[in-house]
Amino acid sequence: MSNPADLPVETTPLLEVTDLVKDFPIRSKGAIRRTVGMVQAVNGVSLHINRGETLGLVGESGSGKSTIARCILRLIEPTSGSVRFKGQELAGLSRRQLQAMRRNMQIVYQDPMASLDPRMTVSAIISEPLRIHRTTGDIGARVGELLELVGLRPEHGNRYPHEFSGGQRQRIGIARALALAPDLIILDEPVSALDVSIQAGVLNLLEDLQRQLGLTYLFVAHDLSVVRHISDRVAVMYLGRIVETGTGPEVYETPAHPYTQALLSAVPIPDPKLEKRRRRIVLEGDAPNPASPPSGCRFRTRCWKAELICTEYDPELLDLGIGHPVACHFPTPDDLMGSEQG
Amino acid sequence: MTGLDSSRAETPVLSVRDLEVAFPTPDGDVQAVRGVSWDVYEGEVLAIAGESGSGKSVSVMAAMGLLPATAQVSGSIAYRGRDVLAMSDKDLERLRGSSISMVFQDPMTSLNPVMAVGAQIAEGVRIHQRVNSRTARSKAVELLDLVGLPNAGQRVDSYPHELSGGMRQRAMIAMAIANDPDLLIADEPTTALDVTIQAQVIDVLERAREATGSALVIITHDLGVVARIAHRILVMYAGRAAETGMADGVFERPSHPYTAGLLGSIPRLDAPKGTRLMPIDGAPPSMLAPPPGCAFAPRCPRATPLCSQEIPELRPIGNQQSACHHGEDQYNEAEDV
Repeated sequence: MSNPADLPVETTPLLEVTDLVKDFPIRSKGAIRRTVGMVQAVNGVSLHINRGETLGLVGESGSGKSTIARCILRLIEPTSGSVRFKGQELAGLSRRQLQAMRRNMQIVYQDPMASLDPRMTVSAIISEPLRIHRTTGDIGARVGELLELVGLRPEHGNRYPHEFSGGQRQRIGIARALALAPDLIILDEPVSALDVSIQAGVLNLLEDLQRQLGLTYLFVAHDLSVVRHISDRVAVMYLGRIVETGTGPEVYETPAHPYTQALLSAVPIPDPKLEKRRRRIVLEGDAPNPASPPSGCRFRTRCWKAELICTEYDPELLDLGIGHPVACHFPTPDDLMGSEQG
Repeated sequence: MTGLDSSRAETPVLSVRDLEVAFPTPDGDVQAVRGVSWDVYEGEVLAIAGESGSGKSVSVMAAMGLLPATAQVSGSIAYRGRDVLAMSDKDLERLRGSSISMVFQDPMTSLNPVMAVGAQIAEGVRIHQRVNSRTARSKAVELLDLVGLPNAGQRVDSYPHELSGGMRQRAMIAMAIANDPDLLIADEPTTALDVTIQAQVIDVLERAREATGSALVIITHDLGVVARIAHRILVMYAGRAAETGMADGVFERPSHPYTAGLLGSIPRLDAPKGTRLMPIDGAPPSMLAPPPGCAFAPRCPRATPLCSQEIPELRPIGNQQSACHHGEDQYNEAEDV
């Protein structure tokens, strides 16, 4: 596993996102399609990723994590905010400049069957980025090399996606993302559609590739155990905001935001004896509608610590002496794993 | 007879014996379930665990008589000693929804979208109980309240699309327990839900089970959910039982390499940082032509020539039952670690 703490610190992070906002208009039905409201999918998110590390972006459905991934690549246009890659601002780049930048930033999607063209051979799929970006050299040899890199055989190149299992298809998606030797790979729920026995192989592959090729990952997922396993640093999202961020151990061993604590306590651990002893925080109700988020702190409607200040002031993501930034008026570190009830 | 807890004297609520299910396709028969037996006793929680295509859902759908007519089902399924497969449609209807009821993965496809949830629950009550519509409605409110739907008195008139995923699943559970069943079958009840909502729904299932005293069969691919809720577990692979026993024992000391493999491939929230996952090589077999012998043998680190020749039957190992020729080795290894 890469350990950025031991490396000399680079002055500029590989990727830096500042105050990112993405609103999606809600349109009325009928022919006119007036805008009748806004869904704030991402509401002022800042994050950075250093070269060679994995940042895990974790949250439940509707938290905005996938929207951030798409905004970074400008697959959708952010409403406002800045995305810098190797220090260069991506907002305002021309199509051509953007395309050149995207060589260095690739994405792997959740569902390999939906993201691989069923009528293309695996070779054609993997070599497509090479052809689009007009790389020179022996494309066939490169495809063979990429297939071997992801644990498939070069002769698999002549087959079609449907001839492969789910895990193998995801490996094909990873090979395609690696084709242009990018610096950053955005992994958007890359193992969520896979059975656990297969998922483990893909996670190991991602770790190996990172070590071999010095890759940087943004790993977007809802599964907290998977994110903990793969990430150096973690950002927890709730309703378009980062509520807590820090190194893996900081967030998982001393979570200080009530939402992070509830989320971690809700994840069942495959150990019946431990499960029966664990302290559990069961949240009331559902996440609010992102089209009309609550005033102040967005989590307050489900929070057992909420007081008047929480309805009035939205807490900033700050380190208030906890050791890592937490967006809460009353952050208290809590070791959920260690403190079991009798 | 295999796969059973034969030490128990009482009659099981549901008893499945040598169940086989095949689906004819143009390419041949898909052998979804290839000889599975299990029992569930009063008041207990049995988890049927396995990955996609292991036959875990199909085996309970068969027990409920919910498979399409093209499915070829053999074996026996007995509800309190009565043969379910031989029941008339009328008897089957009486059984389903009152004695046995089901909660499905996706409540949106199993609720009627043009009927208020309260009316759907009340309808179920009136089919099986002699009550007037007013009583049925107040029973619906009571049930929605029991499953923790906020403002049950108003929500009773909500349509499914007006409820969130978690609330819809609560409404489904309310409907399932409306007639005080002996057996509740939940097929991946939390799979489509976020983890905080999953925790709520598991709590509601437990509460519902306690309120009705029913047995619960939960079908899931999530071993964390099994650890959380189940007393006993049946691990399925390629249409057969791989291992069964008390959940505590099976998790602590698996006696089948597949169970051990599953446990080794899950990233655990409490694992030491840097733990390397141990994936299972290869992929599950095609159920059109499952391999001879043990279906797990092509992926198994313990496989010997015997394994590809002879199908291992479930047999007792320790306090569990394992369908592995090398089950003792697996069981003893778990103790050494």
